[in-house]
Amino acid sequence: MCQVGEDYAEPASEEPPPRQPGREQKCVKCKEGLPVVVIRAGDAFCRDCFKAFYIHKFRAVLGKNRLIFPGEKVLLAWSGGPSSSSMVWQVLEGLSRESAKRLRFVPGIVCIDEGAACGLSPEARAKALAEMKLILQTVGFPWHVVALEEVFDLPPSVLRCFAQEPVGTEGAYKAAVDSFLQQQHVLGAEGAGDSPSLAQGEEQLSWPCTQDPQNPQSPDRPPTAAQTEALSRLFDSVKTLTAKEELLQALRTHLILHVARTHGYSKVMTGDSCTRLAIKLMTSLALGRGAFLAWDTGFSDERHGDVVVVRPMREHTLKEVAFYNHLFAVPSVFTPALDTKAPEKASIHRLMEAFMLRLQDQFPSTVSTVYRTSEKLVKAPRDGCAAGPPGPRCLLCMCALDIDTAGAALLSQGGPPSPRHRAAVLRLPCEHEGLALPGPPAALHLGRGPAPQPEGLHRAADPGVPG
Amino acid sequence: MPAPQCATCHKARAALRRPRSGRALCGACFCAAFEAEVLHTVVAGRLLPSGAVVAVGASGGKDSTVLAHVLQVLAPRLGISLRLVAVDEGIGGYRDAALAAVRRQAARWELPLTVVAYADLFGGWTMDAVARSTAGSGRSRACCTFCGVLRRRALEEGARLVGATHIVTGHNADDMAETVLMNFLRGDAARLARGGGLGSPGEGGALPRCRPLQLASQKEVVLYAHFRRLDYFSEECVYAPEAFRGHARHLLKLLEAARPSAVLDLVHSAERLALAPAARPPAPGACSRCGALASRALCQACALLDGLNRGRPRLAIGKGRRGLDEAGPPRDGEPERAPAPDAVPAF
Repeated sequence: MCQVGEDYAEPASEEPPPRQPGREQKCVKCKEGLPVVVIRAGDAFCRDCFKAFYIHKFRAVLGKNRLIFPGEKVLLAWSGGPSSSSMVWQVLEGLSRESAKRLRFVPGIVCIDEGAACGLSPEARAKALAEMKLILQTVGFPWHVVALEEVFDLPPSVLRCFAQEPVGTEGAYKAAVDSFLQQQHVLGAEGAGDSPSLAQGEEQLSWPCTQDPQNPQSPDRPPTAAQTEALSRLFDSVKTLTAKEELLQALRTHLILHVARTHGYSKVMTGDSCTRLAIKLMTSLALGRGAFLAWDTGFSDERHGDVVVVRPMREHTLKEVAFYNHLFAVPSVFTPALDTKAPEKASIHRLMEAFMLRLQDQFPSTVSTVYRTSEKLVKAPRDGCAAGPPGPRCLLCMCALDIDTAGAALLSQGGPPSPRHRAAVLRLPCEHEGLALPGPPAALHLGRGPAPQPEGLHRAADPGVPG
Repeated sequence: MPAPQCATCHKARAALRRPRSGRALCGACFCAAFEAEVLHTVVAGRLLPSGAVVAVGASGGKDSTVLAHVLQVLAPRLGISLRLVAVDEGIGGYRDAALAAVRRQAARWELPLTVVAYADLFGGWTMDAVARSTAGSGRSRACCTFCGVLRRRALEEGARLVGATHIVTGHNADDMAETVLMNFLRGDAARLARGGGLGSPGEGGALPRCRPLQLASQKEVVLYAHFRRLDYFSEECVYAPEAFRGHARHLLKLLEAARPSAVLDLVHSAERLALAPAARPPAPGACSRCGALASRALCQACALLDGLNRGRPRLAIGKGRRGLDEAGPPRDGEPERAPAPDAVPAF
């Protein structure tokens, strides 16, 4: 209704379609089956067509972007929720198809146990963990369950950005696929006669169907009480739910990347759906991360250098995911998150989610519009901003700093330098309030404020700023 | 509990806490700080050079009132002279009362006031007439679309009438934050690519425009007007409830309540959005009809008026622009035909 570029020659989409919904309606694709689900604004699909549509979208997103090379080790980040469960299921199905259309990478699953940050009791955590292990064993990929407490054991090297591997060109991708297929052929010819490619493929991918022997420091050793306590203290010291969410995301990302690095995975897949990404985009905007939207919500995120995060579910709306999981019995585990049962006004994330979903009711194209706009974002500094050599990076999110430290007043939002603008105090915005990082000072990603000075970091308590 | 001491002068009792930093200030110190910040914005951005004749878009509302007052205070330091330009959109029951407030202000500050009316500039099309024309069939009247474009044209005309070299408007940080939210929700990549600066430098013969209050939050603008006892008109436009901006405004209020820095964080984000070159608007040329700045053959104002005159008001809104061509409104007796598709450049 209020979309730019909407064609007003057509009647508004709020008017009910002239055809009678119900008995006479058939699947819009095959025109034969009985429809079971309505996607978008009035496209009814039957069960089989919906499945084909869903799977096709997943494959198309992967194929279009050509980032996952054959034989590559890919880590699937599984939270137990519907989107990531659906993604894992898609990968499982995709790997077991006939050779021409089969997905060609080597998967593993990582699951982070965030119970301590969310304040769950040890029993609840153990129960959730047991449910997860059940599903992980059914899926059969090598799995790693890591407790969030292990973030304290991470080496400082995770905060350094590794050298970026150059992204392969079109030619490189095609060459890689061709050589992989040739390899398959050769092995098939050498091996036994009947159904060579399938069997050989399975052996090559070599995932054990039972316990994973590959992770010696496996998760069956629960984190110590001291670590759990330290993590709870960390999260309690952060005053606002918004900041807690951001902190959790940062820690989770670092932990997943560490797991990927130690076990040799070069890609990580996360199950962010279209709806979630649209909400995330608006939230990042409101948090001041306008410069980094392309990394936060794009298909690939290579700011960490050697490991690339990809988002294959980014074109599936939450509705499609939910219906697919329901119709095709995809298992998932519910674990309470930080903001479960939090009131709507508790954090920016909750507010944005509630707002977007409400607006989506009124204007059904809201989520897809925001998503389409996000596709137009590029990973470069805006024209006119400093286009020089890459500057320092943020400690927590590894993005190039977007604060102009040279003192150009237009880019720093703090207004005129106040009389207090002396070299001593580094004012941390709310999200970093709880972190008094020891060790050598590093550049922090400030939303606004006076230029950071290379002295120690203080936790500047801001009186009167409501949490 | 008695109020704390003012953090700046340490003499008077604090009268407020600044929304952004939480510092407790007395009225006088707050006003001084506000004026200093506006001065800094103007000077650091080199927005208004010395000797400029500045046309202030005055609507009678709080933002333009505060803007005019602050610029008047700063005028000797900046070396600029001010002219008030008020736009009469022809909204009954709203604009007439607002104009009365502007006239009182002009008298009080002894600034020259020029009023430009839509009815004179745009061939009799007042906003009320536009609303009647676009009403009907259950769709929105899109009044703000028309009013915004036509007002900017009217402001430009008024500024030229008084011989101004720069135009300033009273947009505050909340307005900018709402705009970026709104543009994202509507998917307006072209405006996202264009916006987010401190104004436009005035390409192609258009007067340079800027927004000195851009970094001041709305609360501070209201507080300033209160402490300086400024007289302004505070009702909302008759057509405002229909606007999509209302959703963005509501969201912004919620965000601000949850996190006070959200407003300035949004402005910060908007300045740093990087859009693909394909999504950016084409380099502007001149309108073939009126010579104003335009990114297509016709500037948006001419296109909108064209649609109104033809009896097809939505012609220039959204994808409907594809059907626009150079032919004028149909003569009497001639049936209204759809324009030939090959005569139209593809937009």
